[in-house]
Amino acid sequence: MIEFQMPSLGADMEAGTLAEWLVKPGDLVKRGDVIAVVDTQKGLIDIEVFDEGIIHELLIKEKEKVPVGTVMALIASDKEPVVKQEEKMPAKITEEKKPVEKLPVTEMRHGIKVSPLAKRIAVEKGIDLNLIKGTGEGDAITKEDVERAIVENIAPKEERKIDSTESIRMAVAAAMSKSNREIPHYYLETKVDMSKALVWLSEANKQRSVKQRLLPVVLLLKAVAKALTEVPELNGYWENGLQQKDDINIGFVVSLRSGGVMIPAIHHADKKSIDELMASLNDIIPRTRAMKLRSSELSESTITVTNLGEGNVETVYGIIYPPQVAIIGFGSIVEQPWAETGMLDVRPVLNITLSADHRATDGATGSRFLMTVKNYLDKPAEL
Amino acid sequence: MDNNGTLKITYREAIKQAIREAMKKDEKVFLMGEDVGRYGGAFAVSKGLLQEFGPERIMDVPLSESGFVGAGIGAALNGMRPIVEVMTVNFSLLAMDQIVNNAATLLHMSGGQLNVPVVIRMGCGIGRQLAAQHSHSWEPLYAHIPGLKVLSAGTHEDARGMLLTALQDPDPVIIFEYTFLLNKEAELPANAGAVDITKAKVLRKGKDISIITYGAGVYKALDAAADLNSIGIDAEVIDLRVLRPLDETTIFNSVKKTHRALLVEEAWSSVNVSSEASARIMENIFYELDAPVQRLGGVEVPIPYPKHLENASIPQPADIITKVKKMLQHD
Amino acid sequence: MTEQDIKQTIFQLLKKIAPDTEPEKLKPDDDIRRTLEIDSFDALQFVVALDAHFGIETPEADYGKIATLRQLISYIMKQKK
Repeated sequence: MIEFQMPSLGADMEAGTLAEWLVKPGDLVKRGDVIAVVDTQKGLIDIEVFDEGIIHELLIKEKEKVPVGTVMALIASDKEPVVKQEEKMPAKITEEKKPVEKLPVTEMRHGIKVSPLAKRIAVEKGIDLNLIKGTGEGDAITKEDVERAIVENIAPKEERKIDSTESIRMAVAAAMSKSNREIPHYYLETKVDMSKALVWLSEANKQRSVKQRLLPVVLLLKAVAKALTEVPELNGYWENGLQQKDDINIGFVVSLRSGGVMIPAIHHADKKSIDELMASLNDIIPRTRAMKLRSSELSESTITVTNLGEGNVETVYGIIYPPQVAIIGFGSIVEQPWAETGMLDVRPVLNITLSADHRATDGATGSRFLMTVKNYLDKPAEL
Repeated sequence: MDNNGTLKITYREAIKQAIREAMKKDEKVFLMGEDVGRYGGAFAVSKGLLQEFGPERIMDVPLSESGFVGAGIGAALNGMRPIVEVMTVNFSLLAMDQIVNNAATLLHMSGGQLNVPVVIRMGCGIGRQLAAQHSHSWEPLYAHIPGLKVLSAGTHEDARGMLLTALQDPDPVIIFEYTFLLNKEAELPANAGAVDITKAKVLRKGKDISIITYGAGVYKALDAAADLNSIGIDAEVIDLRVLRPLDETTIFNSVKKTHRALLVEEAWSSVNVSSEASARIMENIFYELDAPVQRLGGVEVPIPYPKHLENASIPQPADIITKVKKMLQHD
Repeated sequence: MTEQDIKQTIFQLLKKIAPDTEPEKLKPDDDIRRTLEIDSFDALQFVVALDAHFGIETPEADYGKIATLRQLISYIMKQKK
């Protein structure tokens, strides 16, 4: 039996008050799950567990203040997943043998709509269906919803505790940690003289109403999409080997004003015209900020583009969003000295970087890709 | 023929070539049916065959379905390989007793001594403004009966190839042909010929949803899938081809991949082939489903004569698209 | 329409695009985008909203003339005449 103790949250902490348990006996917990909230001088702190097992008994009641090191709960390190009990119907559970409060948390709320497949996956992965919002027809929980919950690492906990800013932070943290841990990145960088592209853009915008005006980023997206059709090795997933994808769905990093990022997908970017790409951005960015994305937009990107936009730093080296194999970073376009045919001039210059998965591709591939992007941006009319 | 070794032919011509090839290959094969000889077939499928093969092998019969289907069964029992043409499926009701009580049961009744290698072709389908008595999708009626093998030629390839394989079968085979496809042209390999008659076929690979259909639904589903592709939905299209016995493996493999199934056919929705396929999916791979199985079938009315009402009475590509969008995007 | 009305409308439009900011605290010569951390996409949305609301047309070349509150208000006054 593993002892879960009141942790020390800094040298100055001697005791903490248990504000809330987020688990019940019978729950399956794994390393990193937040299982309790403790009130300290530094405010309410989420407490994680560092072992895997099933909550056997909660020894401390809520609102109780205990010294650091006090055993708060016992966790059975039994690897047998408790979630199998989920299949049992409540009617079969006799009162004497199983008091209500000891029901596994994965017991479903009555009337919850979930597809058979989604339910099967949830049971296998120990996901609590009560906490998932369905996006299927009639708000049914679908496979995508459960898979998203797995990615976002929703541990069994109370719904009201999920704050969107915080959960986004946690999701970004989990994805980026995984990426940095598992993916051997290589980084390439090149500079592009954007004068022709910007002139082309300003001419194009003169013919467009303000609503249809284009931003430089659409040229960049178009160039990336076209280059991917020529260097498709960067468009795909690493899952037991490189799984190249036919569809080019560019994940576009949108930073949220409250912190964190979301990466909605622009589907079939290679098949969209410049104006269609702009329309996609006009559609997707406000919805991202309002957190109104569809599940497919959150799960189907095959590559990521991060664009810092004007007024920011010149270079960004991205971290790949797993299981993708590449991320392209566009810095801010700034005027720089530019040497060409023996002459020195001042040009608007864009730094483009590529971070790619060295398991999937090598530098030569990445280089070919960046040079292709660069060539397209040199000839904006061909985009 | 073009450079790729393909040939552009009509569905009608595909059937005719199949009959001609079968007759050339095996002298026990003959064609019998109403107006198949001198008139060249009610739909001109057998035009010219009388001149080529003579009246003993291209046999006009009296207008008595019970009589001539029974005669075909008798010929088959005696070692011949008859192709019996029932002009349209509507008239096959008059031959039901012969088909159900004789063709389908004699092997059983004789303790395995008498097999009936008859092939019965029937024109069927909706879409030629032939009104309620001549526009039918009765594939489900025949698919209900043990002892029959029921095929549906929803593509030119099958119109060209199913008959040849069916004639090799030791037991009765019904082939449904679609009269509204007769003039439709398609590319076929110049060497097209006999096809398998045991399996359904994936005509278009996709990952988002399985559209499972047969017969008149096949080209419609393919059209719908092409349109769906342009809005980012990647639909798999399966032609069942063999309605009895159903090829479960192909259906299940597809749905295991896409996790969603839409069944499309022109037959009236109650108790049709889709009902059966839907039930089997549910019985066998329930835990692979990510949405309820949906069906699009014919509206349950006698088929109307006016074109717009006739169109409205059966699933069209637009209906398939709407349904798929609803299943996948909920709008 | 007074200068004050225009200012209030600008604040409302900015609030809509960047709900968590306080445009009221902008000083007349602060760079609006930098101060409120508005990116190029939202900036474009802001111009679209301005044009629609005031019935004006702001060409791309004029973006430099509307960087601060003071500039923006006088630009709108001039355009509306």
